Amino acid sequence: MPDGATVKTAMLEIRDLQAFYGESHVLHGVNIDVRQGEVVTLLGRNGAGKTTTMRSIMGIVGKRNGSIRFQGKELIGMAQHKIPRLGIGYVPEERGIFASLSVDENLMLPPVVKSGGMTVPQIYELFPNLQGRGTTQGTRLSGGEQQMLAIARILRTGADLILLDEPTEGLAPVIIEQIGVAVRKLKQRGFTIVLVEQNFRFAATIADRHYVMEEGHVVDMIPNDQLAQNMDKLHTYLGV
Amino acid sequence: MFDLLGVPPQVLFGQLLLGLINGSFYALLSLGLAVIFGMLNVINFAHGALYMIGAFVAWLLLTKLGLGYWWALGLSPLIVGLLGVALEKTMLSRLYKLDHLYGLLLTFGLALIMEGAFRHFYGVSGQPYPIPDALKGGQNLGFMFLPNYRGWVVVASLIVCFGTWFAIERTRLGAYLRAATENPVLVQAFGINVPVMITATYGFGVALAGLAGVLAAPIYQVSPLMGTNLIIVVFAVVVIGGMGSILGAIVTGLGLGLLEGLTKVFYPEASNIVVFVVMAIVLLIKPAGLFGRER
Repeated sequence: MPDGATVKTAMLEIRDLQAFYGESHVLHGVNIDVRQGEVVTLLGRNGAGKTTTMRSIMGIVGKRNGSIRFQGKELIGMAQHKIPRLGIGYVPEERGIFASLSVDENLMLPPVVKSGGMTVPQIYELFPNLQGRGTTQGTRLSGGEQQMLAIARILRTGADLILLDEPTEGLAPVIIEQIGVAVRKLKQRGFTIVLVEQNFRFAATIADRHYVMEEGHVVDMIPNDQLAQNMDKLHTYLGV
Repeated sequence: MFDLLGVPPQVLFGQLLLGLINGSFYALLSLGLAVIFGMLNVINFAHGALYMIGAFVAWLLLTKLGLGYWWALGLSPLIVGLLGVALEKTMLSRLYKLDHLYGLLLTFGLALIMEGAFRHFYGVSGQPYPIPDALKGGQNLGFMFLPNYRGWVVVASLIVCFGTWFAIERTRLGAYLRAATENPVLVQAFGINVPVMITATYGFGVALAGLAGVLAAPIYQVSPLMGTNLIIVVFAVVVIGGMGSILGAIVTGLGLGLLEGLTKVFYPEASNIVVFVVMAIVLLIKPAGLFGRER
């Protein structure tokens, strides 16, 4: 896969990314490349900087410097609300389903930023659980359904890069399976996906490459097909 | 005619109408406060002063430019709204990262400055504002006499209140507003310009106060102190309805106006404090307010 992927164009290039929350320096020179159509995971222990990397891409950290280029455009210094409009969809760790909005309103909330997004019937086909729940209060859905809704609402917008922060956290194995199927279908549709995961088994079933993060920088990159040879190393990184 | 509990119906309905009028102003003002509090987390102490400025703008338009009531009804909320936008942009927006108390202190200070300035130039005695010709006179409803202008105030306020409620609870723009109230960072991460929304919300909230000021001008006199007298009760209304609750502000505003009216009929001595008694009881039983969500 990596050989095939190298001919594809770079979609996201992160170079020497530093990020800060107030006084604390969280990212110390992160370098990541994501090519178009790839599924890439960020692995690492709690506090390694995976979520902060995603938040830095979206521009919602205190301060950041270095370089983040999306389809050649520099995101650092760009106004926050313009970044998603380039075609980046963000599914936060806490899912961010709005309690004061119905399921439909949650689904329709993010503005369409590009043509070519999925239609609502296509989304229901991908996540049948959401169908017929339109008037339900968003936060009355189960945890798994909320996760599906959080992904679903991004698919409508036409974003071609999707940032998924721990989509399997706290979910039952059968739901994790469903999310995995959905992510693979999205990959087939040509979406580029960056995934933060603690659940390494889940990550191994869907990703092309894995970046391992420790203490605010990337310490290793393992292609998914070389995973077996690198299991010992990975176990040391993740402390499992 | 029949009597109700020994009260002549004319007296009862007269007081209920008065209560409904007061309630209309409570509703309009507490609605603006609720919208602002929901989005900005700022308790807008300048609300009473901006209501007063709304009335003064109407009066100035009439006396300086000869523009009558209907002009004022459109222009005055616009001018007050723009004033609000300027205040938010230049001052309030600098305080969001600090404790909410600073927003309260700033708006309280602004209210004192605005009221002080108008007192300096126009004194404390009120300026009369005529009822527009189209709304002079009244209707005899059989059980009571309804002055046209007062009927208009109630109807106009109800339309604006429920129009606002509909826009916030049932439209796409309202969904943005509700979502940004809950989680502004995420809404911004979907590509919506939240700071502009916040500015617009403040402008809209104070424009409602400006509109209430125009509606009030022909009923109460246009005076620099008109806001101070009203705003304390309005804050009680907001607390009873539940901070930030749109429907709570509307229903509680009208309901408490009526309750005040009834109290004036049956136990006039308590009419000035009944709202605060209700506030104390509600705070004891349901601290988040009748329509408020526990945070």
